Amino acid sequence: MHIVVCVKAVPSSTEVKMDPVTHTIVRDGRESVVNPFDAAALEVALAIKDERAATGEGCRVSVLSMGIPATEALLRDGIARGASDALLLSDRAFAGADTLATSYALSCGIRELGSASMSDAAASGASEHGEAAPGPSLPDLILCGKMAVDGDTAQIGPELAGLFDMPCVTDVRELVAIERDRVTVRHATDAGIELVEVPLPAVLTVAKDIAQPRMPSIAGVRAAAGAPVAVLSAVCVQADPARSGLAGSPTQVVRSFVPERSDTCEVLEGSVPQQAARIIALAEEAGL
Amino acid sequence: MSGLMVDAARCVGCKRCERACAFGGIVVEGRLARPTDACTLCGGCVEACPVDAIAIERDEAGEGSGRNLSAYRDIWVIAQVDAEGALLPVAFELVGKALELAKVRGCQVVAVLGEAGRAPRQAERLAATGVAEVIHTVDERLTHADAEVFAQWICALAEERRPEAMLFGATAFGRELAPRVAVRLQTGLTADCTALDIDPKTGALLQTRPAFGGNLMATIECPAHRPQMATVRPGVFAAPERVAAGAGTCVDLAAGIITQAPLAPEVAPRVAVLGIEPVTGGSIAQAERLVVVGRGIGSKKNLPLMERLAELLHAELGCTRPLVEAGWLDYAHQVGQTGAAVAPKLLVSIGVSGAIQHLAGIGGAETVVAINEDAAAPIFGVADYAVVGDAVEVVTELIAQLEVRD
Repeated sequence: MHIVVCVKAVPSSTEVKMDPVTHTIVRDGRESVVNPFDAAALEVALAIKDERAATGEGCRVSVLSMGIPATEALLRDGIARGASDALLLSDRAFAGADTLATSYALSCGIRELGSASMSDAAASGASEHGEAAPGPSLPDLILCGKMAVDGDTAQIGPELAGLFDMPCVTDVRELVAIERDRVTVRHATDAGIELVEVPLPAVLTVAKDIAQPRMPSIAGVRAAAGAPVAVLSAVCVQADPARSGLAGSPTQVVRSFVPERSDTCEVLEGSVPQQAARIIALAEEAGL
Repeated sequence: MSGLMVDAARCVGCKRCERACAFGGIVVEGRLARPTDACTLCGGCVEACPVDAIAIERDEAGEGSGRNLSAYRDIWVIAQVDAEGALLPVAFELVGKALELAKVRGCQVVAVLGEAGRAPRQAERLAATGVAEVIHTVDERLTHADAEVFAQWICALAEERRPEAMLFGATAFGRELAPRVAVRLQTGLTADCTALDIDPKTGALLQTRPAFGGNLMATIECPAHRPQMATVRPGVFAAPERVAAGAGTCVDLAAGIITQAPLAPEVAPRVAVLGIEPVTGGSIAQAERLVVVGRGIGSKKNLPLMERLAELLHAELGCTRPLVEAGWLDYAHQVGQTGAAVAPKLLVSIGVSGAIQHLAGIGGAETVVAINEDAAAPIFGVADYAVVGDAVEVVTELIAQLEVRD
């Protein structure tokens, strides 16, 4: 079984401070971390790998990201936690990507991970993957976080599913069972928590609380130091320049601004009991 | 190739771009700005540059794939029904907004309703809201379990009819459906818009949403691709009363025509539903009165006090994201862009500073009372009534008065 986990590097804090005078963003050298939703997705994949290892079945977990070169360290950390291999798509040609261009780049990376050369490398590194299929093969399962904490769009998973014509289940809260050809999960819908089964290959996007990410083991950190983290450019993964980065992004930010405050707010003066009485009167107006 | 271009002749090395960049994507060396590998082409520096030395150059060849934009017209609203088959309120909210946009643009609004047929006359209800047309079908396969089935139906319609813009409710289902449609049509999609505008001449949809961790708003356009697609959280736009009232009450509106458009026979669902646990208990999204608490309530031990206040006000309890992240309350209570959008008659906001992402979720509230120690807190910018004071002190007094009242 081959599982690809897509991860994004995000600022370690989503609290962006604004300079009140210049209205510009104050940067203080904050470090990047793996988007917590994606970290949970990796844990789900690693749990499947452990479970299959216990029954003597192979499972390759690949971590995939598109980002700046420094993201390599986060992917290496994924290997230290137990992933088999990792691929970083890093190229100026990918910069400025909106979700459509990002999902396209990731789809190129997923195909690359299924290529004979990368499958073989992972197999020789961890000696757990079965016979390499001739030519690129798609993974059995693609896992993503439900959304990234810095972008909040929640579009990458469904867009990847669309690109590969795979079924997709979003906001997965529990992985109930996984077999060779199908997966059963509980996920949140508008109507409630649904128990669904989909055939593999499939895309799942997971909620943050689906699993508590494990820490890297000492052996894992040692292994990760020499582990294969491929860093590939757009050309290497045969990405079409017209579909990559800014050129491949239909959407553009045309303006960004600090929202203005309204000045219609009435300050409730007086003592605390007087203030409380006013609030209760407002609650009565609202049907209390 | 596309990229960030710095005009060396214009750049004065003032470093405003460096300060404006959230990503460390541009540095000034030797009085000349230079983009780094961290540049995400967000355009922040372009705006910050006082001498217009920075521009983002786009590879025109890649754009639009030669689409003839003028062949696209009208605004579509993708309507969703609930488990019982009744239209969700967000469908009416979107129709209301779409009618406004259509008036500016001089085009029509078309509602799209695919349903499994659990409740009768939903198409007629939609047709009575002021839309010109409802594209409709009833099909067993159109349950909400499999967004791909809907995506195939909608994409086939969109390829044939070419809408200029498509609006989706940002429900769990809408957030799965819209990207599947966007990727099939290879067009742009903006999630969770809090404001929509349209250019009367070009038809460009100006889509505004919180960005950069929620401290900035970004207006996004999709200039060379059609249809333009956006999702909007329930409760962000108010449904015009006559629209919300639905069939039977709008004497001044001619009902739109209903066109049947069947789903292709070969489309097969792949998601099998084995069971469902319906949502139980009060929902903050539907609450008439809501108490929302933030980090300013001090510590977790003050939480029971806030719960007691909510109980006495017969209100639901909501909170900000940091409280969920700290484990004080679970996600079902989270209000904001990544939680629920709420639309109560009264919202009492306690110890909430008011990050944009949180504010994005409370735009539908009729009256907002904010209690916060910090008179400069952004929450007061959206509040109707402000109490500048200690949250615990004010809440304790509120509880005392309400208990006497009971």
